[in-house]
Formats: sequence, C-alpha cells, structure tokens
Amino acid sequence: MTRTGLGQTALTVAALTLAFVFIYLPVGTLLLFSLHDGRVPVPPFEGPTLEWYGRVLSDDRIVEATGQSVLVGVVSALISVSLAFLAGWGLARHRIPGKRLIEALLLMPLAVSFLIVGVGLLVAFGSVIPKSVGFIIIGHVVLNLPLAFAILYVQFDATQGRLEQAARDLGAREWQVFTRVTLPLMRVPVIAALALCFTFSWDEFIVAFLLTGFDPTLPVVIWGLLRTGLDPQTNAAGTLVFLVSIMTFLAVELAVFRKRKP
Amino acid sequence: MSTTPEKQRARRDRRRAYALVAPAALWTLCFFLLPTLAIFRLSFFEKTGGTLAETPSLANYERFFEQSYFIESLWTTVGLTAIVFVLSLLLAYPLAALIAFRVPQKLQRLCLMLAVLPFWTSYVVRSYAWLLVLAPNGVVNTTLLRMGLLSEPLTLSFTQGATVVGFVHFFTMLATLTIYAALVRIDRRLLLAARDLGASGWQVFTRIVLPLSMPGLAAGAFLIVVFTVGDYITPQILGGNNDLVLPQTIIMQIQRRADIHMAATLSVFMMLVVGLAYLALARRLTVDRS
Repeated sequence: MTRTGLGQTALTVAALTLAFVFIYLPVGTLLLFSLHDGRVPVPPFEGPTLEWYGRVLSDDRIVEATGQSVLVGVVSALISVSLAFLAGWGLARHRIPGKRLIEALLLMPLAVSFLIVGVGLLVAFGSVIPKSVGFIIIGHVVLNLPLAFAILYVQFDATQGRLEQAARDLGAREWQVFTRVTLPLMRVPVIAALALCFTFSWDEFIVAFLLTGFDPTLPVVIWGLLRTGLDPQTNAAGTLVFLVSIMTFLAVELAVFRKRKP
Repeated sequence: MSTTPEKQRARRDRRRAYALVAPAALWTLCFFLLPTLAIFRLSFFEKTGGTLAETPSLANYERFFEQSYFIESLWTTVGLTAIVFVLSLLLAYPLAALIAFRVPQKLQRLCLMLAVLPFWTSYVVRSYAWLLVLAPNGVVNTTLLRMGLLSEPLTLSFTQGATVVGFVHFFTMLATLTIYAALVRIDRRLLLAARDLGASGWQVFTRIVLPLSMPGLAAGAFLIVVFTVGDYITPQILGGNNDLVLPQTIIMQIQRRADIHMAATLSVFMMLVVGLAYLALARRLTVDRS
C-alpha cells in the first residue's frame, strides 16, 4: 500500500470512528448507566449492579405493559402482513383497472405523520370505538400495512407466477397452490415483514398514547416514567426495550442473510 | 352479446384480484383516508360549549391566525425542520459516501448495519438517552469539565438545540441508508471516465455523483420532513416547554383543552407543511423500480 493510501485509510477510519461515537453515544450511555450503582444515572459511573433490572422485572405496571405491547405487536403484525400479502399477490398476478390508484392508496399512509393517523382515528371513531388495546391495534395496522405491502409487493415476481400456473395445470386446487407454492416461495419476505411490523409497533408511541385506555403499551408507560426525571430504572427498562428490537432485527438479518448464501 | 370462455376467464380473474386487494384497500380507506378527511371536515366546525357548531365556518382558522401562540408553533416547526434537514443531510451524505466509496466491499454491509443499529431504539427511549448525555451533570458536560474546557456546565438539555441534536442523530442514520443505497448503484467506470477526461474531484462530485444519488437524497429528505414535522416526543422530552412545535400544541389542545376541533385545524397546517415539502421534492423522488 502506498503512503497516500495509508493516509487515506487512516482518515477513513478516523472519520468513521467519529461518526460511530456520535451514533452510539446515547445508546451507550443508556446501557452503561442502567448498570449504575447510584440513584442518578450520571457520571462518574459506579457499579456495575443489576439492581435496576430486578426492579423493572418486578414492576407490575411495566410487566403488564410489556404483555400489552407484545399483544399489540403480534396481532397488528399478523393482520398487516396478511392484508398486504393478499393485496400484493392480487396486484402482482392480475392486470386490473385502477391498479396504480390502489397502489397509491395502500402506500399513502407512509407520507403522513403518525400523529395525523392518531388524531384522525380519534376524530372519526373516538365516539364509537372505546380507547383500548383493540383501537391501538387498528391504528398500528394502518401504520404497518403500507410498510408490509412495500416489502412484499416487489417480491412477487413472474417466475413465481409461472410456477403457480404450472401447479394449477397439474391439477392443484387454489388453496393447494397457495399453501404449497406461493407461501413457501414467499417465506423469507413474509418473516422479514412480520418482524419489521412487530418492531415498529413495539416502539410506537404517539398512536398508542392517543388511543390507549387503561391498559397502556410499554412506550406509553416509559413515557410516564420520564416525569420522575433521570432514573437508572428507566435506563434499565429502555435498555430492555432496545434489546428486544435489536434481537428481532438481528434474527431476521441472519435468517435472510443465510438464505441468500447458498 | 356472446361471452367467449376467454372473456369469462378474464372476468373471473379480475374479480379474484379485486377480492384479494379488497381487505387491505378497505382497511386503508376506512381507518386512514376517511379519518384524514374527517380531520379536514372537523377543522371547519368551531367548538361551542359542549356541542358542535351547526354550520361550517372558518372560525378555527381565524383563531389560528389571531393567536400568536399557534402561528409561532407553525414557524418554530418550519424553522426546526429546516435546520434538522440541512444538518442531517450534511452529516449523512459524507458518512454514506465514506461507506460506499472508501470502505472495502466486504465490510460495507457490516458497516452500514452498525451505523443504523441504534435506529431501532424506541424514540421515547432514544430521546431519554440524549437527555442523559446532555444533562447538566451528564456525559458531555462532565467530560468537558474534566478536560478543563469548561468552568461551569453548559445548559444543553431542555433547549431547542437538544431537540435538534436528537433529531439529527436519528435522521443521520436514516438518510445514510437511503443515500448509500443510491450511491452503491453508481457505475464506478463513470467516475474513472470523468477523471480521465480531466474533471477535478469537485466536478466529478457535482456533475456525476450528486445527480445520480439524487433519488436517495430526496427520499431521505422527504422522510426527514415527514418525521420532524410530525414528531411530538423529541421536542417534548428534549426541548422542554419553550418554543413549542405544532405536534405539541396539537396534543395540548386534545389533552388540556379537550378541543379536538382546534387540534384538527392545527393538523391541517401540519399536513400543509408536509404537502409543500412533497411538492418541492416530488420531481426528484421518481425512483425507478428496477
């Protein structure tokens, strides 16, 4: 390697390091001080201790909210991906009038702030649907549907269509085509979409905040914890929320990556 | 009119397609489009006492322009979005370019993944984490004090600056992704050819790299506008109670004043800001589907 090459490499490494320090500063601080042995999570660091994690795991409000969040995440992911899958399949396999319009309609919520979705649901259905976990799920499907559709739609390609046709010609019924050909071929994108929708819902605050009744989701409860100021217990709860998202993300990344490498 | 078997099949085909699309389309119509239209409609009805005004009027809009409180939140939103927009792209572009052009191919995917991993922190948690960093006795102040660069801690948290930092951090990750995606698709031979023909580094950048990465840049830019204009959490946690933005005044109308009419009116202005940004970027947003 030439001297200028080396200099350039050093410069690249230095710039990347600086960028990564900025990117990881908040999460790093959050994580480190979740282990802090003291009442306020600020330097100098002392510890480590797992005391705050113990408190989080024995806090009924947090545990219950975690249950609600998992419920909302799983159900809204299942509904969004099912609806998106059917719509993507229908639009990819058939030529129908108004195709462009339907695509635009399905993707439209992506261009609008989550706050608008929440306020809109309150305005339109606030007097009909009680504020509840069910209402949050409705809202989260609105947010997740365009995402799942965008992921799945591009994955239905013509080769698959020909395989489906071949199965039909060989005498397979429609449901057999679906369960034996279409679904197995789409397994990876479906899993990816499910995981992405789950993490989105798991982290989502504003819609859940506006539509929640007496059983809030985890981000809403953590929001409530913030009123007491900086607290190592909030660090611990936040770290756990982060770890769940990361693990979902990494699991998918690994699954998809392994699939690509023959 | 005779129906050939082919026509019949085409019709059956179409019916099947509509049946498959219907659930998703109906969900979006019912729970997204209808509510959004309801916001517009409600903004034309003033809240009078406990009941809805009978006739539509512009009363809510008049109130918006009469009370400095509302207008100021609109301008704060626009100003904040502009600052966040510029800073995020200024940070994300070099980072994306660095990963796309300087990092060895094999490490690029890993590098990108590392660069966006904290993206998956819930935004409530992420803002809280910045509060830890920026607090008077937080990491930044403590470090600077210990290094002797400061004699007393700076007021970093609960300022608009803190809101900007929180946003810029998030969008640097997001825009790095979209810009990188556009940069890796650029044919390297174009850059070499331009160099051979005598173009300077700057010319290569402005004439080739920048135009070709425009779709990624515009996509990132649009996402930045949508999220900054609509986010309640980041300014609420990091900005404290000064310089309120539109989402904060909207939530305040709903929670403290129970005035969903005014909230709807403010939402209309929020959509207006995003709509204008979309029009400004639309020409560059044409992403080819290949």
